[in-house]
Amino acid sequence: MAADVSAPTLATRVKRPSLIGGLGLLFVIALLVWLAINFAKTPSDFISVFLIGITTGCVYALVALGYTLVYGILELINFAHGDVFMLGGMFTITFATHLFGLHHGQGSVTVLIVFATLLLSMLACGVLNATIEFVAYRPLRGAPRLAPLITAIGVSFIIEDVGLAWKGPNYITAPDVFPHSAVFSAGGVTYTWNKLIVVIITVPVLLGLLWLVQETRQGKAMRATAQDKDAAAIMGINVNRTISFTFLIAGFLAGAAGLLYALYVTTVRFDQGFQLGLIAFTAAVLGGIGNLPGAVLGAVLIGLIQAFNEGLNWHSPGSDWTETIVFSILILILVFRPEGLLGEKTPEGG
Amino acid sequence: MTESQIETVGFRNQMRARWRAMPREQRAGVSIAATIVAAALLFFVDHALAYAALTLSALYWIHRLPLLPWRLGAQAALVLAFVIAGPRSLAVLLAIAFAVFWIPERRRVWALPVVAIVAAIFYPFFEDKMFTIPVFGVWPDVATGVVMIIFVMMAVGLNIVVGYAGLLDLGYVAFYATGAYTAAFFASQQFAGQKCPTKGVSIDNCTVAAVPKHNFDFGAVGLVPGGGGIHISGWLLLLMAGVVTAIFGIVIGLPTLRLRGDYLAIVTLGFGEILPQIARNGDNFFGTGVNLTNGPNGITPLDSIGFGNSLSSWTGGFLPSNFLTCCKANHLGHQIQSTDVFFWVAIVLLLITVFCSLRLQYSRLGRAWIAIREDETAAAAMGIPLMRTKTWAYASGAFFGGVAGAYYAIFRSATFPGDFFFNISVFILCMVILGGMGNIWGVIVGAAFLAYLNQEGLANTGAWINSNIHFGSWHPNIEPPLYASGIYGVIILVVMLFRPEGLIPSRRRAAELHEGVHDEPLYDATHAGAEA
Repeated sequence: MAADVSAPTLATRVKRPSLIGGLGLLFVIALLVWLAINFAKTPSDFISVFLIGITTGCVYALVALGYTLVYGILELINFAHGDVFMLGGMFTITFATHLFGLHHGQGSVTVLIVFATLLLSMLACGVLNATIEFVAYRPLRGAPRLAPLITAIGVSFIIEDVGLAWKGPNYITAPDVFPHSAVFSAGGVTYTWNKLIVVIITVPVLLGLLWLVQETRQGKAMRATAQDKDAAAIMGINVNRTISFTFLIAGFLAGAAGLLYALYVTTVRFDQGFQLGLIAFTAAVLGGIGNLPGAVLGAVLIGLIQAFNEGLNWHSPGSDWTETIVFSILILILVFRPEGLLGEKTPEGG
Repeated sequence: MTESQIETVGFRNQMRARWRAMPREQRAGVSIAATIVAAALLFFVDHALAYAALTLSALYWIHRLPLLPWRLGAQAALVLAFVIAGPRSLAVLLAIAFAVFWIPERRRVWALPVVAIVAAIFYPFFEDKMFTIPVFGVWPDVATGVVMIIFVMMAVGLNIVVGYAGLLDLGYVAFYATGAYTAAFFASQQFAGQKCPTKGVSIDNCTVAAVPKHNFDFGAVGLVPGGGGIHISGWLLLLMAGVVTAIFGIVIGLPTLRLRGDYLAIVTLGFGEILPQIARNGDNFFGTGVNLTNGPNGITPLDSIGFGNSLSSWTGGFLPSNFLTCCKANHLGHQIQSTDVFFWVAIVLLLITVFCSLRLQYSRLGRAWIAIREDETAAAAMGIPLMRTKTWAYASGAFFGGVAGAYYAIFRSATFPGDFFFNISVFILCMVILGGMGNIWGVIVGAAFLAYLNQEGLANTGAWINSNIHFGSWHPNIEPPLYASGIYGVIILVVMLFRPEGLIPSRRRAAELHEGVHDEPLYDATHAGAEA
């Protein structure tokens, strides 16, 4: 299954005319020149925007990893993932405010509450994601591959409306508990704690995931299943359980991302998941889908692109065009370099 | 084949195998018991529905029993009893169902479309005299009918791409938008521009009323004098919108159709998201002041469509000169409205679409599409040029989408970027899936039903549920239109899990879905085909 996916990229790369490569290079150079001019004009703005981009990129990375994990193992674009992420934000707000009574200015208790909420919403999203797999995707294991894709869209719509029925059509707000005080402030650039906290929570989760996939027995089973389900089954791996486990992990990541998004942006609405999910999926494709470090790299790049587009002053298209830019990147990558930035698609997913 | 694949080749097959393993009497008993329980539940909601359910199941069992002589007579007697004793609305529906299923299949092929077309043509005359259907309420009015037919056209167009050629297109709304905006550009005052009537004074310093700068008129009807802008005859515009959209489809298709199924789906989705955003931001491209699409306000009003004065007077007013201002005539006790004329033209457009689609299906091209859908590698080996064939599928699908979009824009006399959400793409896809991918009759029925649900049905159903269903003192208060997309999601999920070939499947497609196809082509073959 994996062989005929990676074969074309090899064949096409050898034959690819250099014209497209040259045009791509020109485009990248123009982009860099644009960035450099912006940097020269207002260095402090540039660095602030850069830091915002890194923070957004971290949230995207968590969501993108969910896409890439599932794609790596099942070759399925799990459209519902973005909406699971959105529900993660809603879980966070519900648990934090209604269960633990989180509000602004509670001092050090906040850390404890946020940590407990993180665990709970991760668990909720993980269970939800595994349930989706069990109900909607598992029965279609032997069907043509477009069948589960269509089902995924249906599930995505259902979950979106679950959010709508649960929290209503308006934005719901989370308590703004991440401190906005500066970590450091130099030359007009202020790096606030709330951005740092996003990174502080993201990095251990990512490291934990890498450890899980590369070091543990279960991770080995995941990689084996991604590579070849038949061989994995012959080797005594319970393929269905491994796939369920992968969805569980992807759900954990979506839950963590939902918490970060809810507490960092502080507003969540039922229809945000799909859009953000597509952006995160673009990130996964940009990095090379199925490739874990690739997803993180792609997510940070997409976060930076979005921040530069929306934040820079000199000749930037502005936030009206963010989606157009992101989806153009998606299309260009898929058409000209389907294997993504980090080279070959590694079926191992690690 | 993994162990898991072998044991569940389709969820439905597994369930069906279990069902078949039961003894025959047991199965009949379970079915009858289920029917009686369902009828008992229905009885609390609405007596008539319960009777209808019982009658239907009785009809079915009479049909199944081999022993009974005069089977048809018994069934007819049952239906007649219901017609006499039961509520009129259900009786008519029952009679229709009886007629549909007990006509021999050989004649059904001709009889059903003919009856449907005749009924549709005369629908405006008896629409207000129609009975109320339980749960769904009154029959759709004619304006809803126009929208339904337009959506059916789009679904038939999408069916060419998804059903025949097996290319999943998640951005069909882009074609619809292209058609609608093409119509809007060339039949409105959008490009009129302004200039000051005083010589040598710019528009900003003008003290007198500004006049249009550009004016082009080609056979359009119902123009505002001195309005300016481009105005092209609506009939020409429908064709033009189709051609422009088909070209757009080719432009999208050429680089992307090389991709595998799910990547192609994502790319089309991307186009479907980009195009509405361009329309939304198109009132001021990157701050340059270029106003192409008038942004979120949309382009309105559009010229109406019509046959012009000379043709109208030549036919003695039979062909209206302008649909919007036409129709004072009174036929068969019904004053003809402009909506009715739009409805009839929509029927004609739909018939053309269905005709083209049917002819395409069995043409050389159509057979090539099906071959590609079933096994791309084998198709390439048989000498089918993959890229060209797929691009043709895209272009034909896009053509009908464009025509439908243009006609919708003209009918509503407006185009807004808010109409072109991803939801619409999925909505149209849902029509195709529900009806049965690849089978045009199924797609028509599915699309008509879903478009009706979207326009009126959900609201009516919600009202009916709110007023009729209650458990003790608890009354539900639901608003189904709010959850429309979720309901389509449920439809997609249920259909894909239990009946992936759709309600009225094409036999071929059903076989593919149950036996599986080689839908993971070897890329080398794809690529070789691309260059051929």
